[in-house]
Amino acid sequence: MATEILYFAWVREKIGTGAETLDLPAGLVSVADLVAWLAERSPGHAEAFADPARLRAAVDQTFVALDAPLGRPREVAIFPPVTGG
Amino acid sequence: MIAVTVDPAPIDIGAEYAAIAVGGAGGIATFAGLVRADDGVEALTLEHYPGATEAALVALAEAAVARWELNAARITHRVGRMVPGDTVVFVATAARHRAAALEACAFLIDRLKTEAPFWKKESLAGAERWVEPRCSDDAAAARWNENA
Repeated sequence: MATEILYFAWVREKIGTGAETLDLPAGLVSVADLVAWLAERSPGHAEAFADPARLRAAVDQTFVALDAPLGRPREVAIFPPVTGG
Repeated sequence: MIAVTVDPAPIDIGAEYAAIAVGGAGGIATFAGLVRADDGVEALTLEHYPGATEAALVALAEAAVARWELNAARITHRVGRMVPGDTVVFVATAARHRAAALEACAFLIDRLKTEAPFWKKESLAGAERWVEPRCSDDAAAARWNENA
């Protein structure tokens, strides 16, 4: 099952796209595992994900910590801390 | 009654107020957040996570209505490009009495800043920079924790 990966703000800019649809390999246990796997896709991904402390995530639109279980999501979003209001 | 809007159109505060000033509340509190011209900022661009943003705002509004027994809550957030003086966000709460309306309004804007997926980018002097979150925003949001 393909998973939609979404990026926002400077994460999106460093990667150069706001969305990509990927078949995730077996063995990705946590959201952090997914981030580490994505970081190998391009220099832009590596730069965006260089400091996981600056990243936040949502799995199927539920906000989670990076050490949360990944499961088999339809959609994962990775982004900086929010700054609305 | 809960109403949540995320839209690039300018916020019409008169229309927003008229929409919440129905239904027999005894007190209405409102908050408007405006674009500041700090450091010579010429424009502010708001990005968001469509779908998840609206869901987060509805969840906040539902929590406020339940906690303060509100008659109504409205959250209207603009996205896209704005200039100093433009209204970024408008929050309104209606309740039987003022304390509930005022507290719920402050709760909504404090929590929105840390829980709703919006990101601000400033344009100034030909350059652009993403706004960094502030520790004071986390502290303002945390003061509404029920177990604090």
